[in-house]
Amino acid sequence: MTVTTATPMLQVRGAKTYYGKIIALKGVDIDVNKGEIVTLIGANGAGKSTLMMTICGNPRAREGQILFEGRDITQLPTHEIARLRIAQSPEGRRIFPRMTVLENLQMGAALDNLAYFDQDVERMFTLFPRLKERIGQRGGTLSGGEQQMLAIARALMARPKLLMLDEPSLGLAPLIVKQIFDAIGELNRSEGLTVFLVEQNAYHALRLAHRGYVLVNGSVTMSGPGRELLEKPEIRAAYLEGGAH
Amino acid sequence: MATAKTTSGPGGSIAGAARDAILAGVVALGIFGPLVGLKTEQNMQNELVITTRWGLVAIIVGIVIAGRFLLTTTIWPAMTRNKLRDKPPATAGEVAFRARLARWFAPTGLVFLFIYPALMVYFLGFQGSLKWVDNFGIQILIYVMLGWGLNIVVGLAGLLDLGYVAFYAVGAYSYALLATHFGLSFWLLLPMAGILAAMWGIMLGFPVLRLRGDYLAIVTLAFGEIIRLVLINFRELTNGSAGISSIPKITFFGIYSFDVSAPNNFAKVWGLAMSSAYYKIFLYYLILLLALLTAFVTLRLRKLPVGRAWEALREDEIACRSLGINTTNTKLTAFALGAMFGGFAGSFFAARQGFVSPESFTFMESAVIVAIVVLGGMGSMIGVALAAVAMIGGTELLRELDFLKAVFGEGFDPDQFRMLIFGLAMVLVMIWKPRGFVSAREPTVFLTERKSISSSLVKEGHG
Repeated sequence: MTVTTATPMLQVRGAKTYYGKIIALKGVDIDVNKGEIVTLIGANGAGKSTLMMTICGNPRAREGQILFEGRDITQLPTHEIARLRIAQSPEGRRIFPRMTVLENLQMGAALDNLAYFDQDVERMFTLFPRLKERIGQRGGTLSGGEQQMLAIARALMARPKLLMLDEPSLGLAPLIVKQIFDAIGELNRSEGLTVFLVEQNAYHALRLAHRGYVLVNGSVTMSGPGRELLEKPEIRAAYLEGGAH
Repeated sequence: MATAKTTSGPGGSIAGAARDAILAGVVALGIFGPLVGLKTEQNMQNELVITTRWGLVAIIVGIVIAGRFLLTTTIWPAMTRNKLRDKPPATAGEVAFRARLARWFAPTGLVFLFIYPALMVYFLGFQGSLKWVDNFGIQILIYVMLGWGLNIVVGLAGLLDLGYVAFYAVGAYSYALLATHFGLSFWLLLPMAGILAAMWGIMLGFPVLRLRGDYLAIVTLAFGEIIRLVLINFRELTNGSAGISSIPKITFFGIYSFDVSAPNNFAKVWGLAMSSAYYKIFLYYLILLLALLTAFVTLRLRKLPVGRAWEALREDEIACRSLGINTTNTKLTAFALGAMFGGFAGSFFAARQGFVSPESFTFMESAVIVAIVVLGGMGSMIGVALAAVAMIGGTELLRELDFLKAVFGEGFDPDQFRMLIFGLAMVLVMIWKPRGFVSAREPTVFLTERKSISSSLVKEGHG
């Protein structure tokens, strides 16, 4: 799991985000290199989702810079950021409930490349065979795990350079969480997909990641290789509550 | 409580229901006795005289007693029985029948719509067909078209627009003003009215881009009122509340005119007896084609990226943005296209009436159009058409209920109760079908043939 090329893909430099007068991110620096899985862990209200949304331009960073492949995207509108092939699976899955599984996938490929559509759909069904069984079913009638698979598959339909996932394990049974994390790891190994993962489930997320960041109260307090972070006693105490699951 | 009584025993249930019904009758007498039974009238000496209408009260109380009795003895027990009993799974025959109905309904309806004027003329003659083609046919089709137009905004894009009548007004006044002042033809002004209305749609769209749900509804409502008030007060242009009259009729593509004095009058050229029925039938086919154009464009767009983006926008705006959809453009196109069809319908309306005034574009009109879309089932074309038939055709039918005069006396005018009956009917429909007449949404994309998917669903329901 060593990354040979350390080409920076996403660079967050001193990002400060406010909700009104309340500061949510107090100047965050994060790097995601090409081909890496980078995990951001933190407690509730630490600003994990805010950071993810700030990268997507909603809300915008009031100070600091966000660079994607060297290009400043801090001021771009959200949909144009997505068009640079930064796919996001937002918090709470947000699939389209009245549309079928296939239609949801189609929306993921909304930008272009309908030429690859059938091929990509097949790829998603290999990755998540459960979705194939549900192909004509409405998104809102899927189980939580299936919805999460659909949300990730939908994001992947855009053939992203960077996949950002906000708490994919939220509210799911451990077995499903494992399936989903395995799928993410598999995508990274076989296709070199770069993944930025925001998680509360620190154990699984850090084990999967090449590198990890710990966000506390809007600031990064620790960073390093995933497995190293996992060994640190303060992390074990704060996020793992006495040992591996 | 009443249902509990009825299930306790067959003998006690009838007596209990009767007691219950009489109690309801007493309450009704208490309410309607003074309200309906006593009426004050001014006589010639300016004195208030009390007249009584006990017969009417007796009828009302009788209806209440009988209704309550029926409700407790038959209707409620039947409803509980239905609820308790598991619905038997639909047999293959039923499912096949439903599928066939769904497949054949639209084509059959379409054929019927095309031969409808011919049927009316055949059975009722040219003069007799007038009412059925004009008051029912054209009137309903205008609202079908408006419903389909608004369906793009409300049903597909999920943007609750309570000021849709504004675009209808823009279309109507565009035709009225440009035709009377510059003598331009309907066929030139029809697209122009659509474009102007679409521009107003975009103008409304910009300020409300960030609004959703109730906030959006309030602003669009205000927009509709602003347009109406401008039409009333901008007297130099619009002639105020007096409106614009003698708007030219539509010609048959310039070949035939329907003006009585014109040398190329349709009836004169063909040596037919003079009748306004020809013009009405022509208008009927025109609005039918315009409505079908709306339907065709909507159905096509639903399968294109912009239509899919509308539906995705209705489902989840944030997800849309994160998938790279420009929600600004998506909303504006929905507003513009919806408004355009409203504008088409408006210019047709102006030409058909020959007269427009701000009176025709009140909030009530917007409410009726929204009600048609909601009642029909948001996003469903057939549902909206059915709802338009029920709402507009239903209210027109109420004008025909002359036999009620025999029951309630000569002074009774069923027309005055239209809105009451109409409201009751709407409440009942929403209880019966909370998501509208047609709530199923047809997916726009299939990996395999559509037929094979539907047949696999049939198997699932069957086994």
